Amino acid sequence: MATPNIPLWEVFIRSRNGLAHKHVGSLHATDATLALQAARDIYTRRGEGLSIWVVPSNAITASDPSEKGMMFEPAESKIYRHPTFYDVPDEVGHM
Amino acid sequence: MTVANISVSETPLVLYTLRRADDALILGHRLSEWCGHAPMLEEDMALANMGLDLLGQARELYSYAAKVEGRDNDEDKFAYLRDVRQYRNLLLLEQPNGDFARTMVRQFFYATFADLYWRAMMRSSDLTLAAIAAKSEKESAYHVRHSSEWIVRLGDGTEESHRRTQSAIDELWAFTGEMFAVDDSERGLIDARIAVDPAALHPQWLKTVSSVVSEATLALPKSDWMQQGGRSGRHSEHLGHLLSELQSMQRTFPGATW
Repeated sequence: MATPNIPLWEVFIRSRNGLAHKHVGSLHATDATLALQAARDIYTRRGEGLSIWVVPSNAITASDPSEKGMMFEPAESKIYRHPTFYDVPDEVGHM
Repeated sequence: MTVANISVSETPLVLYTLRRADDALILGHRLSEWCGHAPMLEEDMALANMGLDLLGQARELYSYAAKVEGRDNDEDKFAYLRDVRQYRNLLLLEQPNGDFARTMVRQFFYATFADLYWRAMMRSSDLTLAAIAAKSEKESAYHVRHSSEWIVRLGDGTEESHRRTQSAIDELWAFTGEMFAVDDSERGLIDARIAVDPAALHPQWLKTVSSVVSEATLALPKSDWMQQGGRSGRHSEHLGHLLSELQSMQRTFPGATW
Protein backbone atom coordinates (compact mmCIF):
# COMPACT_ATOMS: atom_id res chain seq x y z
CA MET A 1 0.00 0.00 0.00
CA ALA A 2 2.97 2.34 -0.41
CA THR A 3 2.18 5.51 -2.32
CA PRO A 4 5.57 6.74 -3.50
CA ASN A 5 5.92 10.05 -5.31
CA ILE A 6 2.21 10.81 -5.26
CA PRO A 7 1.43 14.37 -4.14
CA LEU A 8 -0.46 15.04 -0.93
CA TRP A 9 -3.64 17.15 -0.93
CA GLU A 10 -5.60 18.81 1.86
CA VAL A 11 -9.36 18.40 1.70
CA PHE A 12 -11.95 20.98 2.73
CA ILE A 13 -15.68 20.23 2.83
CA ARG A 14 -18.62 22.58 3.10
CA SER A 15 -21.43 20.68 4.73
CA ARG A 16 -24.29 23.06 3.97
CA ASN A 17 -25.14 26.42 2.54
CA GLY A 18 -23.94 29.35 4.59
CA LEU A 19 -21.18 27.46 6.35
CA ALA A 20 -17.49 27.77 5.54
CA HIS A 21 -15.39 24.98 4.06
CA LYS A 22 -13.73 23.05 6.87
CA HIS A 23 -10.53 21.06 6.77
CA VAL A 24 -11.38 17.36 7.08
CA GLY A 25 -8.13 15.57 6.24
CA SER A 26 -5.71 14.78 3.48
CA LEU A 27 -5.14 12.24 0.72
CA HIS A 28 -2.77 11.21 -2.05
CA ALA A 29 -3.60 11.81 -5.72
CA THR A 30 -1.60 12.37 -8.87
CA ASP A 31 -3.48 15.52 -9.93
CA ALA A 32 -6.28 17.88 -8.93
CA THR A 33 -9.05 16.04 -10.80
CA LEU A 34 -8.29 12.70 -9.17
CA ALA A 35 -7.80 14.43 -5.82
CA LEU A 36 -11.32 15.83 -6.06
CA GLN A 37 -12.72 12.39 -6.92
CA ALA A 38 -10.81 10.73 -4.10
CA ALA A 39 -12.04 13.39 -1.69
CA ARG A 40 -15.60 12.65 -2.77
CA ASP A 41 -15.06 8.92 -2.27
CA ILE A 42 -13.29 9.18 1.08
CA TYR A 43 -14.82 12.16 2.84
CA THR A 44 -18.42 12.45 1.59
CA ARG A 45 -19.59 8.83 1.74
CA ARG A 46 -22.08 9.54 4.50
CA GLY A 47 -23.62 12.63 2.97
CA GLU A 48 -21.23 15.08 4.65
CA GLY A 49 -20.82 17.56 1.86
CA LEU A 50 -22.22 19.96 -0.69
CA SER A 51 -18.90 21.31 -1.90
CA ILE A 52 -15.29 20.15 -1.87
CA TRP A 53 -12.00 22.03 -2.14
CA VAL A 54 -8.69 20.27 -2.60
CA VAL A 55 -5.44 22.17 -2.12
CA PRO A 56 -1.90 20.87 -2.68
CA SER A 57 -0.45 20.40 0.79
CA ASN A 58 2.78 22.08 -0.25
CA ALA A 59 0.81 25.26 -1.05
CA ILE A 60 0.06 25.69 2.64
CA THR A 61 2.41 27.79 4.74
CA ALA A 62 2.14 26.74 8.35
CA SER A 63 3.10 28.48 11.57
CA ASP A 64 6.04 27.02 13.42
CA PRO A 65 4.96 25.13 16.58
CA SER A 66 8.16 26.23 18.36
CA GLU A 67 7.05 29.84 17.98
CA LYS A 68 3.71 29.38 19.63
CA GLY A 69 4.73 31.51 22.60
CA MET A 70 5.46 34.50 20.42
CA MET A 71 2.54 33.83 18.09
CA PHE A 72 -0.30 33.11 20.46
CA GLU A 73 0.45 33.89 24.11
CA PRO A 74 0.20 37.71 23.75
CA ALA A 75 -3.49 37.33 22.86
CA GLU A 76 -4.28 35.39 26.02
CA SER A 77 -4.03 38.43 28.34
CA LYS A 78 -6.29 40.67 26.23
CA ILE A 79 -9.64 39.72 27.62
CA TYR A 80 -11.06 43.10 26.56
CA ARG A 81 -11.01 41.83 23.00
CA HIS A 82 -13.81 39.42 23.82
CA PRO A 83 -17.18 41.12 23.45
CA THR A 84 -18.36 40.01 26.88
CA PHE A 85 -18.91 43.44 28.40
CA TYR A 86 -22.11 44.21 26.59
CA ASP A 87 -25.67 43.37 27.56
CA VAL A 88 -27.20 41.62 24.63
CA PRO A 89 -30.99 42.04 24.36
CA ASP A 90 -32.82 38.69 24.45
CA GLU A 91 -34.49 39.40 21.12
CA VAL A 92 -31.14 39.22 19.37
CA GLY A 93 -30.89 35.52 20.10
CA HIS A 94 -27.61 33.75 19.30
CA MET A 95 -24.80 35.98 18.14
CA MET B 1 -23.12 -27.52 -0.90
CA THR B 2 -26.35 -29.17 0.02
CA VAL B 3 -28.98 -26.50 -0.56
CA ALA B 4 -31.08 -26.94 -3.67
CA ASN B 5 -31.28 -24.22 -6.26
CA ILE B 6 -34.51 -22.26 -6.44
CA SER B 7 -36.58 -22.39 -9.57
CA VAL B 8 -37.56 -19.12 -11.20
CA SER B 9 -40.58 -18.44 -13.41
CA GLU B 10 -38.80 -16.40 -16.02
CA THR B 11 -41.62 -14.44 -17.54
CA PRO B 12 -40.26 -11.69 -19.81
CA LEU B 13 -40.40 -8.99 -17.12
CA VAL B 14 -38.88 -11.23 -14.42
CA LEU B 15 -36.10 -12.26 -16.78
CA TYR B 16 -35.51 -8.68 -17.88
CA THR B 17 -35.23 -7.46 -14.31
CA LEU B 18 -33.03 -10.37 -13.24
CA ARG B 19 -30.61 -9.70 -16.09
CA ARG B 20 -30.06 -6.13 -14.89
CA ALA B 21 -29.86 -7.25 -11.27
CA ASP B 22 -27.30 -9.95 -12.10
CA ASP B 23 -25.19 -7.41 -14.01
CA ALA B 24 -25.07 -5.17 -10.96
CA LEU B 25 -24.43 -7.97 -8.45
CA ILE B 26 -21.66 -9.66 -10.41
CA LEU B 27 -19.77 -6.47 -11.24
CA GLY B 28 -20.30 -5.23 -7.70
CA HIS B 29 -18.85 -8.47 -6.35
CA ARG B 30 -15.85 -8.20 -8.67
CA LEU B 31 -15.15 -4.69 -7.38
CA SER B 32 -15.47 -5.89 -3.79
CA GLU B 33 -12.63 -8.32 -4.49
CA TRP B 34 -10.31 -5.30 -4.67
CA CYS B 35 -11.10 -4.35 -1.09
CA GLY B 36 -7.76 -4.18 0.72
CA HIS B 37 -5.82 -4.87 -2.48
CA ALA B 38 -6.10 -1.69 -4.55
CA PRO B 39 -2.94 0.14 -5.65
CA MET B 40 -3.55 2.87 -3.09
CA LEU B 41 -5.88 3.51 -0.18
CA GLU B 42 -7.80 6.23 -2.03
CA GLU B 43 -8.59 3.89 -4.92
CA ASP B 44 -9.46 1.08 -2.53
CA MET B 45 -12.25 3.31 -1.24
CA ALA B 46 -13.33 4.39 -4.71
CA LEU B 47 -13.66 0.79 -5.91
CA ALA B 48 -15.57 -0.28 -2.81
CA ASN B 49 -17.90 2.71 -3.19
CA MET B 50 -18.69 1.78 -6.77
CA GLY B 51 -19.20 -1.83 -5.71
CA LEU B 52 -21.67 -0.71 -3.06
CA ASP B 53 -23.54 1.44 -5.59
CA LEU B 54 -23.94 -1.66 -7.75
CA LEU B 55 -24.97 -3.85 -4.84
CA GLY B 56 -27.69 -1.33 -4.01
CA GLN B 57 -28.94 -1.43 -7.59
CA ALA B 58 -28.95 -5.22 -7.52
CA ARG B 59 -31.00 -5.32 -4.33
CA GLU B 60 -33.70 -3.04 -5.72
CA LEU B 61 -33.90 -4.97 -8.96
CA TYR B 62 -34.00 -8.38 -7.23
CA SER B 63 -36.74 -7.17 -4.90
CA TYR B 64 -38.75 -5.97 -7.86
CA ALA B 65 -38.18 -9.23 -9.75
CA ALA B 66 -39.44 -11.12 -6.68
CA LYS B 67 -42.53 -8.94 -6.52
CA VAL B 68 -43.26 -9.38 -10.22
CA GLU B 69 -42.69 -13.12 -10.02
CA GLY B 70 -45.05 -13.36 -7.05
CA ARG B 71 -43.73 -16.62 -5.62
CA ASP B 72 -41.70 -17.06 -2.45
CA ASN B 73 -38.38 -15.98 -3.95
CA ASP B 74 -36.69 -12.87 -2.60
CA GLU B 75 -33.51 -10.89 -3.18
CA ASP B 76 -31.37 -13.23 -1.08
CA LYS B 77 -32.64 -16.37 -2.79
CA PHE B 78 -32.00 -14.88 -6.21
CA ALA B 79 -28.45 -14.01 -5.23
CA TYR B 80 -27.52 -17.06 -3.17
CA LEU B 81 -29.55 -19.96 -4.47
CA ARG B 82 -29.21 -19.90 -8.23
CA ASP B 83 -26.54 -21.84 -10.04
CA VAL B 84 -24.25 -20.60 -12.82
CA ARG B 85 -26.68 -21.57 -15.55
CA GLN B 86 -29.45 -19.57 -13.89
CA TYR B 87 -27.42 -16.35 -13.83
CA ARG B 88 -28.23 -13.90 -16.62
CA ASN B 89 -25.45 -11.32 -16.40
CA LEU B 90 -23.25 -10.08 -19.23
CA LEU B 91 -20.08 -12.09 -19.78
CA LEU B 92 -18.06 -8.86 -19.63
CA LEU B 93 -18.89 -8.35 -15.97
CA GLU B 94 -17.82 -11.77 -14.71
CA GLN B 95 -14.37 -11.48 -16.29
CA PRO B 96 -11.64 -11.52 -13.62
CA ASN B 97 -10.26 -8.26 -12.29
CA GLY B 98 -6.78 -8.85 -13.70
CA ASP B 99 -4.62 -5.81 -13.12
CA PHE B 100 -5.94 -2.36 -12.29
CA ALA B 101 -6.03 -1.37 -15.99
CA ARG B 102 -8.22 -4.33 -16.82
CA THR B 103 -10.64 -3.57 -13.99
CA MET B 104 -10.88 0.04 -15.15
CA VAL B 105 -11.43 -0.87 -18.80
CA ARG B 106 -14.21 -3.29 -17.82
CA GLN B 107 -15.73 -0.60 -15.61
CA PHE B 108 -15.44 2.01 -18.34
CA PHE B 109 -17.05 -0.15 -21.03
CA TYR B 110 -19.95 -1.08 -18.76
CA ALA B 111 -20.51 2.23 -16.96
CA THR B 112 -20.64 4.13 -20.24
CA PHE B 113 -23.30 1.70 -21.40
CA ALA B 114 -25.16 1.59 -18.08
CA ASP B 115 -25.38 5.36 -17.83
CA LEU B 116 -27.03 5.62 -21.25
CA TYR B 117 -29.21 2.66 -20.37
CA TRP B 118 -30.50 4.05 -17.07
CA ARG B 119 -31.11 7.43 -18.63
CA ALA B 120 -33.28 5.78 -21.29
CA MET B 121 -35.01 3.60 -18.70
CA MET B 122 -36.10 6.66 -16.75
CA ARG B 123 -38.76 6.97 -19.45
CA SER B 124 -39.98 3.37 -19.02
CA SER B 125 -43.74 2.92 -18.76
CA ASP B 126 -42.97 0.67 -15.76
CA LEU B 127 -42.79 3.19 -12.92
CA THR B 128 -40.70 1.00 -10.61
CA LEU B 129 -38.08 0.45 -13.26
CA ALA B 130 -38.13 4.16 -14.08
CA ALA B 131 -37.53 5.02 -10.42
CA ILE B 132 -34.69 2.51 -10.04
CA ALA B 133 -33.17 3.95 -13.22
CA ALA B 134 -33.35 7.53 -11.92
CA LYS B 135 -31.40 6.58 -8.80
CA SER B 136 -28.91 4.37 -10.61
CA GLU B 137 -28.13 6.93 -13.30
CA LYS B 138 -26.52 9.32 -10.82
CA GLU B 139 -24.30 6.50 -9.62
CA SER B 140 -23.32 5.29 -13.07
CA ALA B 141 -22.59 8.86 -14.20
CA TYR B 142 -19.91 9.00 -11.53
CA HIS B 143 -18.57 5.56 -12.50
CA VAL B 144 -18.17 6.85 -16.06
CA ARG B 145 -16.28 9.89 -14.88
CA HIS B 146 -14.03 7.98 -12.52
CA SER B 147 -13.15 5.20 -14.96
CA SER B 148 -12.66 7.49 -17.96
CA GLU B 149 -10.28 9.73 -16.00
CA TRP B 150 -8.24 6.62 -15.21
CA ILE B 151 -8.32 5.33 -18.80
CA VAL B 152 -6.84 8.64 -19.98
CA ARG B 153 -4.14 8.62 -17.31
CA LEU B 154 -3.24 4.97 -17.78
CA GLY B 155 -3.22 5.12 -21.57
CA ASP B 156 -1.35 8.40 -21.70
CA GLY B 157 0.83 7.52 -18.71
CA THR B 158 3.93 5.35 -18.76
CA GLU B 159 4.92 2.85 -21.41
CA GLU B 160 3.87 0.02 -19.12
CA SER B 161 0.49 1.50 -18.16
CA HIS B 162 -0.22 2.15 -21.85
CA ARG B 163 0.65 -1.43 -22.77
CA ARG B 164 -1.45 -2.94 -19.99
CA THR B 165 -4.47 -0.77 -20.77
CA GLN B 166 -4.31 -1.49 -24.50
CA SER B 167 -4.09 -5.20 -23.83
CA ALA B 168 -7.14 -4.97 -21.50
CA ILE B 169 -9.10 -3.24 -24.26
CA ASP B 170 -8.04 -5.89 -26.77
CA GLU B 171 -9.03 -8.72 -24.44
CA LEU B 172 -12.38 -7.33 -23.30
CA TRP B 173 -13.57 -5.87 -26.58
CA ALA B 174 -15.26 -9.07 -27.77
CA PHE B 175 -17.54 -8.98 -24.69
CA THR B 176 -18.97 -5.53 -25.43
CA GLY B 177 -21.34 -6.61 -28.20
CA GLU B 178 -23.52 -8.56 -25.78
CA MET B 179 -24.59 -5.30 -24.11
CA PHE B 180 -26.47 -4.31 -27.24
CA ALA B 181 -28.04 -7.67 -28.13
CA VAL B 182 -31.78 -8.24 -27.85
CA ASP B 183 -33.67 -11.56 -27.81
CA ASP B 184 -37.35 -12.30 -28.41
CA SER B 185 -38.22 -12.15 -24.73
CA GLU B 186 -36.89 -8.62 -24.49
CA ARG B 187 -38.24 -7.48 -27.86
CA GLY B 188 -41.83 -7.66 -26.61
CA LEU B 189 -40.99 -5.48 -23.59
CA ILE B 190 -39.23 -2.97 -25.82
CA ASP B 191 -42.31 -2.75 -28.03
CA ALA B 192 -44.42 -2.21 -24.89
CA ARG B 193 -42.08 0.67 -23.91
CA ILE B 194 -41.18 -1.10 -20.67
CA ALA B 195 -37.66 -2.09 -21.66
CA VAL B 196 -34.90 -0.06 -23.26
CA ASP B 197 -33.75 -0.90 -26.77
CA PRO B 198 -29.98 -1.14 -26.27
CA ALA B 199 -29.23 -1.12 -29.98
CA ALA B 200 -30.38 2.50 -30.09
CA LEU B 201 -27.70 3.38 -27.52
CA HIS B 202 -24.81 1.91 -29.47
CA PRO B 203 -23.85 4.96 -31.58
CA GLN B 204 -23.59 7.20 -28.51
CA TRP B 205 -21.72 4.53 -26.54
CA LEU B 206 -19.22 4.09 -29.35
CA LYS B 207 -18.77 7.84 -29.66
CA THR B 208 -18.03 8.30 -25.95
CA VAL B 209 -15.77 5.25 -25.75
CA SER B 210 -13.86 6.21 -28.91
CA SER B 211 -13.27 9.74 -27.74
CA VAL B 212 -11.90 8.71 -24.33
CA VAL B 213 -9.81 5.94 -25.86
CA SER B 214 -8.29 8.27 -28.42
CA GLU B 215 -7.61 10.93 -25.78
CA ALA B 216 -5.80 8.17 -23.91
CA THR B 217 -3.66 7.54 -27.02
CA LEU B 218 -5.12 4.02 -27.16
CA ALA B 219 -7.00 2.29 -29.97
CA LEU B 220 -10.14 0.18 -30.25
CA PRO B 221 -9.70 -3.20 -31.96
CA LYS B 222 -10.84 -3.51 -35.56
CA SER B 223 -12.44 -6.89 -34.89
CA ASP B 224 -16.22 -6.94 -34.70
CA TRP B 225 -16.58 -10.58 -33.66
CA MET B 226 -18.55 -10.61 -30.42
CA GLN B 227 -19.01 -13.29 -27.77
CA GLN B 228 -22.47 -13.85 -26.30
CA GLY B 229 -24.14 -16.29 -23.92
CA GLY B 230 -24.45 -14.69 -20.50
CA ARG B 231 -28.01 -13.53 -21.02
CA SER B 232 -29.12 -17.14 -21.52
CA GLY B 233 -26.94 -18.66 -18.81
CA ARG B 234 -24.00 -19.82 -20.92
CA HIS B 235 -21.10 -18.38 -18.95
CA SER B 236 -17.33 -18.38 -18.95
CA GLU B 237 -15.57 -20.62 -16.42
CA HIS B 238 -15.00 -17.60 -14.17
CA LEU B 239 -18.57 -17.17 -12.96
CA GLY B 240 -18.68 -20.54 -11.17
CA HIS B 241 -15.65 -19.63 -9.09
CA LEU B 242 -17.13 -16.24 -8.29
CA LEU B 243 -20.44 -17.77 -7.19
CA SER B 244 -18.79 -20.45 -5.08
CA GLU B 245 -17.31 -17.66 -3.00
CA LEU B 246 -20.35 -15.38 -3.06
CA GLN B 247 -22.72 -18.20 -2.09
CA SER B 248 -20.57 -20.33 0.18
CA MET B 249 -22.09 -19.08 3.42
CA GLN B 250 -25.73 -19.64 2.45
CA ARG B 251 -24.94 -22.96 0.79
CA THR B 252 -23.14 -24.18 3.90
CA PHE B 253 -25.44 -22.69 6.55
CA PRO B 254 -28.84 -22.35 4.83
CA GLY B 255 -30.84 -19.38 6.04
CA ALA B 256 -28.01 -18.13 8.27
CA THR B 257 -28.45 -14.56 9.45
CA TRP B 258 -26.47 -12.28 11.72
